[in-house]
Amino acid sequence: MRKVYMDNNATTRMREEVLEAMLPFYKDEYGNASSVHSFGRTARTSVDEARAKVARLLGVAREDIIFTSGGTEADNLAIKGVANALKSKGDHMITCAIEHHAVLNSCKYLEKEGFKVTYVGVDKDGVIKLDELKSAITPKTILITVMWANNEVGTIEPVEEIGRLAKEKGICFHTDAVQAAGKIPMDLENMPIDLLSISAHKFYGPKGVGALYIRKGTKIIPQLHGGHHEMKKRAGTENVAGIVGMGYAAELAKIEIPQEVKQLTGLRDYLYKGITSKIPEVTINGHLTKRLPNTLNVRFKYLEGESIVLNLDLEGIAVSTGSACTSGSLEPSHVLTAMGVDPADTQGSIRFSLGKDNTKEDADYVIAALPPIIQRLRDMSPLYEKGR
Amino acid sequence: MDGQYSEKVMEHFKNPRNVGEITDASGIGNVGNPVCGDIMRLYIKVDDKEVITDAKFKTFGCGAAIATSSMVTELVKGKTIDEALKVSNHAVAEALGGLPKIKMHCSVLAEEALRSAIDDYIAKKKAKKV
Repeated sequence: MRKVYMDNNATTRMREEVLEAMLPFYKDEYGNASSVHSFGRTARTSVDEARAKVARLLGVAREDIIFTSGGTEADNLAIKGVANALKSKGDHMITCAIEHHAVLNSCKYLEKEGFKVTYVGVDKDGVIKLDELKSAITPKTILITVMWANNEVGTIEPVEEIGRLAKEKGICFHTDAVQAAGKIPMDLENMPIDLLSISAHKFYGPKGVGALYIRKGTKIIPQLHGGHHEMKKRAGTENVAGIVGMGYAAELAKIEIPQEVKQLTGLRDYLYKGITSKIPEVTINGHLTKRLPNTLNVRFKYLEGESIVLNLDLEGIAVSTGSACTSGSLEPSHVLTAMGVDPADTQGSIRFSLGKDNTKEDADYVIAALPPIIQRLRDMSPLYEKGR
Repeated sequence: MDGQYSEKVMEHFKNPRNVGEITDASGIGNVGNPVCGDIMRLYIKVDDKEVITDAKFKTFGCGAAIATSSMVTELVKGKTIDEALKVSNHAVAEALGGLPKIKMHCSVLAEEALRSAIDDYIAKKKAKKV
């Protein structure tokens, strides 16, 4: 059976050449990057080269990149680290209702610790309400954290404007760019961003490694205590192989982004047109244009998403109902709910997130497999007859 | 079991039994709501010996909701009303080779749908006698 993987916002297939670049560090180059001998020096040089490559992907100085175990750790370090560092200055933070749970739950944790958090809403397309954000700022606000692009619907947030707002008021600004980095061009040099989280496995790198960009001069308190690793901001022996893999994936992404943006945008829109030409009552979730090139989230009226995902899986097609991290939950998507989607309609939403391996043939396969599944499930749905 | 569906659940999900409506149903049960993500409508046909001769369903919901709907219709066919009232959510889940913990509520919903259809049948019968 044909296998079509369209769940690249959950994770991507690591590139062969990235794996090849990593393997020596699991075999002969096993030194600890903190050791002074030749084994250690090889590891150190490789980690520093990878740091430079990640820095080039973002357009920042290499010494401002801290490697972590992934996007979640980067978000935790940024949010808790800044809150801890600036708590004498204020106790208020601002975030957005549609953030990833790595951000939302870090904020919720800090609320329990006595901080106050404002969760700013979004419009029907998932774009943050800037007026609401502006009026939420108080003299006690120490941190604003808003994602660059949403993982479920792909909407791209106005991070530059938010950063400018924050800078005017002297507030630290963090963005979770886990879904954006490696997918769309970024040049942070002239962007008013203080901290930015990324994750390697979202751009064809390995799992278990990510990075936090920390602009020089940003006050932050480490969340892991131990040795002097990562400029004393993140203790723990470096995951050398993972870091090397992340560096190489970042280098390749930097080169290929313009081409991939074009390819995936075309394929995404082709898929959407194909689906809507064959299936009635399908609505797109997310902003039509300000959206990640690879993300198509649509809702099929009268249906529940998991039954669609399972049926597609039986056809060899891998998609998801929203975020992989929330699929164990029975709650309707917090993202779609914040966008004001009718609660009954949030259930039938499916995310197709494309990747570099996807072809037009893959899209055609999905476009052919989907209509009979949707029709069969709609015929089974007690809600459907009302619409007939 | 944690998270994954059993083979039996997948089998009933792929080939659900008794999907549809019974136009002259003796009782209809409606439970659930779309906000929670599950709605079941269960139809039963009962003969004058109080035996359920046919059962059909329509369900909006996840894989487990569809499988439990399918299984409950299979379990009650041929049973008397009294016997059917003893079909519990655990019996439905067990017949499916178990359900993931977070999906147990689907078996509860199937039991409720059955009760609701039987209640409807009893109410209709009483109304006829009056």
